[in-house]
Amino acid sequence: MLTILFDGVAYGMLLFVLACGLSVTLGLMNFVNLAHGSFAMAGGYITVIVVNRLGVPFALGLVLAFLLTAVIGAVLERTLYVHVYAKSHLDQVLFTIGLVFMSVAGVDYFMGSSQQFVQIPAALQGQFDVFGVGVGRYRLLIIVVCGLLTVALQFCLMGTRFGSRLRAAVDDQRVARGLGINVGAVFGITFAVGSGLAGLGGALGAEILGLDPTFPLKYMIYFLIVVTVGGTSSITGPFLASILLGLADVAGKYYFPSLGAFVIYTIMIIVLIWRPQGLFSRATAR
Amino acid sequence: MRPGLETETTRYLRARARFGPLEILFWVVAFSTIWLLPTRHLILTETVIWGLFALSLDLILGYAGIISLGHAAFFGVGAYAAGLLAKYELINEPSLALLASALAAAALGFATSFLVLRGSDLTRLMVTLGVSLVCFELANRYGDITGGADGLQGVTVAPIFGLYRFDMFGHVAYIYCLVVLFILFMLARRIVNSPFGLSLKAIKGNPLRSAAVGIAVNWRLVAVYTLSAGYAGVAGALLAQTQAFASLSMLSLERSADVLLILIIGGTGYLYGGILGALIYRLLQDYLSDLTARYWQFWIGLLLVAIVIIGRDRIGRWIAPVVRFASQLGRRPAPAKVATPEKGG
Repeated sequence: MLTILFDGVAYGMLLFVLACGLSVTLGLMNFVNLAHGSFAMAGGYITVIVVNRLGVPFALGLVLAFLLTAVIGAVLERTLYVHVYAKSHLDQVLFTIGLVFMSVAGVDYFMGSSQQFVQIPAALQGQFDVFGVGVGRYRLLIIVVCGLLTVALQFCLMGTRFGSRLRAAVDDQRVARGLGINVGAVFGITFAVGSGLAGLGGALGAEILGLDPTFPLKYMIYFLIVVTVGGTSSITGPFLASILLGLADVAGKYYFPSLGAFVIYTIMIIVLIWRPQGLFSRATAR
Repeated sequence: MRPGLETETTRYLRARARFGPLEILFWVVAFSTIWLLPTRHLILTETVIWGLFALSLDLILGYAGIISLGHAAFFGVGAYAAGLLAKYELINEPSLALLASALAAAALGFATSFLVLRGSDLTRLMVTLGVSLVCFELANRYGDITGGADGLQGVTVAPIFGLYRFDMFGHVAYIYCLVVLFILFMLARRIVNSPFGLSLKAIKGNPLRSAAVGIAVNWRLVAVYTLSAGYAGVAGALLAQTQAFASLSMLSLERSADVLLILIIGGTGYLYGGILGALIYRLLQDYLSDLTARYWQFWIGLLLVAIVIIGRDRIGRWIAPVVRFASQLGRRPAPAKVATPEKGG
């Protein structure tokens, strides 16, 4: 029971790190980015390459996954995404699905279609008992890393100048522009960091979620659930939503393995009908 | 229509509904392939089915502005319905089974249409996606009925009207699909050129203002969504009948994405887009998979990105003069078939 709780929280934390970038881009630019999973996949594959093939230590591999994915995100944002912000949602969906197709086929071409595994240092493998509860070391690491990241993100958003600019831009883009905030630059940085976080999540999650070329398609729906259920107006909404989703998914798979993902999709539809703005968001005028 | 009521609107509607020379040529060419390309009937059958499926999506996307990422749900329900009806010999005659499958898909469409009414584009995207995923999971879960991951096997389809048996070269299947497409296309054409179709365009333009001029927005959307689901169900049923097989991939997200792509390649909002898109898509797929067998998806993705970056309306503008020129070759000034650029999808 407690093990399920623990695994669920770890899973949820992971989902949060993966999806929080998406929630900000969606809230800020009203941009539907279905290709978010591709960045996560990029992070995962970067780690596989640098850790397994080049022998870089695991921790450094994670940092590299974050940095390189952030660079990829920034470059794509400046070159391609910029042209699509002003277009309709349909165009955004088409554009990002196109990117997903390209990334899936591209990764398949370079890395093969088989599942990839990151070599995790021996110190992080196995589990130990705390009061009779089996605690996986790797999952504990995920909780610690993701927990720290969440606190850091919350601080950045609430305590720094950049954070207040970002929040202003999310609340009302036009007024923020009028006050001299460079919304484009704020968005570019946020997009890069969000992509980097997705990459980090992908790298951390390769062990739990699995890593193969269909990753962006398989987990797209999970990211979207986190964002739509959590709402896009704050960071706590998506956080709670991811923890709930993680718990529901792990518990559902453990107790009702035959139902599969059915429960989650049904819950999502109900939440969307009941509160289209998201479960944890304050009602906004928009 | 009483003679005194010949208003500007009815004149406009009648002008829209008139057949241009290009349209007639299109259908003549389509039916002539029955005799001209007998070796390609298998691939053409598939194209026709994709075309019908894309047509069904065009009804909600091009005319009512509903973005759906889960249209495969109706396609798959239609396919499974047709497959099960044939397998357990509940309705043997294929065209009746087609009708029954369409009703099944339309019923699902009607039930879920109320979920689509609310919310923004993103919510609609998620809800349609969610519905199709639930269908997928259900089909996967009840493997004893649907065959699960192995697909529905052991389907034998009876002869059409008890007379025409499906042959292994797919000639009968192709004629059957083409006739169904033609009938449903003409029906759709009639519907979108009616006041009802016009009101859908108004809703797409601005739901709030349409409500203000007295259009029952929600009910119109429910109606067109149900209709579109029924059309998608027919497309799925056709595939199940011609292949004597139904599988989980007919419900998958990839299929929903593919049909969206097909429609976008062909262009939305003038009904022919789906069919033309299916043709181009099939040719591309053939050409690209010859080029790079497993990675043709990459080029499809690149095409999508390119279409969006160049701009769909700009592509439409390039094609429009050609179509207008061709229409003016006929005596009567026919309306341009490529719709004016769509803003806000």
